[in-house]
Amino acid sequence: MDVNPAGIVLWVVVPYVTFAVLVVGSVWRYRYDKFGWTTRSSELYEKRLLRLGSPLFHYGLLLVILGHLMGLVVPKEWTEAVGLSEGAYHFVATWLGSVAALAVVAGLLILVYRRRSTGPVFLATTRTDKLMYVLLGGSILTGAWATVHTQILAGGHGYDYRQTISPWFRSLWYLQPEPALMAGVPAAFQAHLLVAMLLFAVWPFTRLVHAFSAPVQYPFRPYVVYRSREASGAARAPRAGWDPTTTPPTTGPSRRRP
Amino acid sequence: MKVMAQMTMVMNLDKCIGCHTCSVTCKQAWTNRTGTEYVWFNNVETRPGLGYPRTYEDQERWQGGWVRTRRGRLKLRAGGRAKKLATIFHNPRLPSIHDYYEPWTYEYDMLLSAPQGEHTPVARPKSLLTGDDMSIRWSANWDDDLGGSTATMQDDPVLKHMSEHVAEELEQTFMFYLPRICEHCLNPSCVASCPSGAMYKRVEDGIVLVDQDQCRGWRMCVTGCPYKKVYFNHKTGKAEKCTLCYPRLEVGLPTVCSETCVGRLRYLGLVLYDADKVGTAAATEDTRDLLAAQRSVFLDPHDPEVVTAARSEGIPDDWIDAAQRSPVWRLIHDYEVALPLHPEYRTLPMVWYVPPLSPVVDVVASSGNDGEDGRTLFAAISQLRIPLEYLAGLFSAGDTAPVERVLRRLAAMRSGMREVNLGREFPEEHAAAVGMTGAQIQEMYRLLAIAKYSERYVIPTAHTEIAHDLDEMACSLDVDGGPGMGGQGTDGAGPFGSSSGRPTPVAVENFHALAARQTADSPYGPSTPGRVNLLNWDGNGRPAGLFPPDDAGGSPSPGGGGEPPGAPGSLPGGRQDATHDDPGGSPGGAR
Ligand code: SF4
Ligand code: SF4
Repeated sequence: MDVNPAGIVLWVVVPYVTFAVLVVGSVWRYRYDKFGWTTRSSELYEKRLLRLGSPLFHYGLLLVILGHLMGLVVPKEWTEAVGLSEGAYHFVATWLGSVAALAVVAGLLILVYRRRSTGPVFLATTRTDKLMYVLLGGSILTGAWATVHTQILAGGHGYDYRQTISPWFRSLWYLQPEPALMAGVPAAFQAHLLVAMLLFAVWPFTRLVHAFSAPVQYPFRPYVVYRSREASGAARAPRAGWDPTTTPPTTGPSRRRP
Repeated sequence: MKVMAQMTMVMNLDKCIGCHTCSVTCKQAWTNRTGTEYVWFNNVETRPGLGYPRTYEDQERWQGGWVRTRRGRLKLRAGGRAKKLATIFHNPRLPSIHDYYEPWTYEYDMLLSAPQGEHTPVARPKSLLTGDDMSIRWSANWDDDLGGSTATMQDDPVLKHMSEHVAEELEQTFMFYLPRICEHCLNPSCVASCPSGAMYKRVEDGIVLVDQDQCRGWRMCVTGCPYKKVYFNHKTGKAEKCTLCYPRLEVGLPTVCSETCVGRLRYLGLVLYDADKVGTAAATEDTRDLLAAQRSVFLDPHDPEVVTAARSEGIPDDWIDAAQRSPVWRLIHDYEVALPLHPEYRTLPMVWYVPPLSPVVDVVASSGNDGEDGRTLFAAISQLRIPLEYLAGLFSAGDTAPVERVLRRLAAMRSGMREVNLGREFPEEHAAAVGMTGAQIQEMYRLLAIAKYSERYVIPTAHTEIAHDLDEMACSLDVDGGPGMGGQGTDGAGPFGSSSGRPTPVAVENFHALAARQTADSPYGPSTPGRVNLLNWDGNGRPAGLFPPDDAGGSPSPGGGGEPPGAPGSLPGGRQDATHDDPGGSPGGAR
């Protein structure tokens, strides 16, 4: 099959580079910058809007991620094999997806508004944060637009990305990329993919890394954690000059009291 | 029996003068950094009062500590593991900065740089969060010495739990100071709340720490601690807490707050306890039995069986010896005058207090009676219900009996020692009335009143011969701008914003800074143009701004190649050579 060079760059080179940057970058940052690896929560400054926006956004996002996994990873033949027709799949995916997207977009709007309007939160926003917000917002909005545009407004069963995007996505993992599959994909989806890949490429360098430290082990550990000083590496020999005050030994028996 | 050692503190509240020296020195040592402006590892509250953060003791609201379920098991009051994970995106019980206070600074520069005008310039308060003008409404000790308490005192959670009549009788007010640090609990609910497992209790000495490299900023520990002694550094996004100055303890020095305490009222020492019994003790049904339950967890270091068991747990002999000499153990066990703060939170706190007798003495004295007379004092203790109930609300889950017992012992000591001072015998009947002997009371008096440094602080040093890694600390002090931190300079900008980057051990950083300075050609330049901090000046050269600018232009001109003005060739340390390099020039400027 022949694909134009732009197609190869966009749908083979860029994804692999993104993946490499994501993995290498995360490992590097984890080694280099454990101290900076945090949610950098701003809840201390403002709670009311966060209470609304943050769960809406995060829970919505979890649903969206689940949906993406379903759509991208599970081949169409499998869902059909368990008796889920294309129509039924489309219906469930579109409507559940729309609800999740609505939650994510609403949550994001609240969070961005909060960030802009609350003085301390705005001041605590770094340049990396801003870039991250643009890319995150961009991929969410293009994704939502792609869904609305090609699935809901187009009528019928909508655009079947499970014939094109999903196999392309899986082909990347088999190391036999098939960029040709992406040729006819609607522009909205292409834009969504590109912005998302950009987001993944900056991911390790932003606060988004906190997603990798979701505390999944918490339910399985004992409540109270004990650690030895050795394990924590906190012990040190007393440095020179830090010896505690002591009474010097008396020089001879003559100075001892009876 | 699993013997463990716990570094423990006792504070004798009668001697606290509320000077806040402990808070200030602690802050200077550990939390004078951006992000921790509002963080007071040590704070001193006036009681009755709201405490810091405001009303932190109201667990209905803040949900700190543990509760006992109907089936007799312990559960985090703010919710168990599932609930923690479900609310991870927004912790509903986190105090906001306004429950502490909005940190501020003053526009001091205005005082110096304001143009001449009709009005005296003022230094306005500026918020450290937004940089805007602000009006100061609260701080860490806003109700100090009952200041403004008529407006706020009724919100004191301890008062609220007392009987109705109290509020009306508040006019005949009493007060005392309560210095607080982290309790380094035996059953720490902060550790249990941490989803990342970044918080831990140190096996050797029981100090509760936050691993700064593992903390992910989920903020559950802040909610979990009923004493609100874990703080969220809003700049680095990590939790921080009192470390019991472990770098000092490890080399045998007392904590900064103890070292600098003006009243010399703090005692540090080891307590041995049975780690196997902690869970059951914390789950005691009646909160009023928790004090006794916690006492039953402790092990007598003089008991040969305990000593053997301690040895088999690998506790070194000098630690066992220190536990036997521990002043804290004497106050808790031998004299039974120390009580825990809020045992009802079920965390088994390990900073204990000798409750103050002075509210009672004050009332007696102000009514014209003899505040040091034993019989009057005994009568007053049982009659003055308000101080008693209030103290019981703090130290014994509302049960007045233990507090009353302690106060009677203190009263017996006070009146008995007066007899001794007057050259008479110690009144044994007073001692017997409180279940002690005169000799015991005098020993207790020695410890409480005149004990020397080495008796107040019995701190065995850490056993570094078993440590692997001597220099690289991975601890809660290695934070941005913190004492264990060096690599990021004053503005601390790492590659991912202000809080990132790996800290350089402070020793390494100092070494390089010193080496760089000693081998530099140009004198040390000030960071603020036009000002030199003389404390930072190492005598090397004549940095710009050390002297006022030479405006006349007539007198010896700088840069003339000769001896610069104000720098005679005899600078101490023979550093005059450096002064030639950049006479009166710009900071770090080359010729
Ligand atoms: S007092 Fe200290 S050890 Fe106890 S729960 Fe609070 S932070 Fe943890
Ligand atoms: S330094 Fe001592 S006397 Fe002063 S407030 Fe602190 S505990 Fe009290």
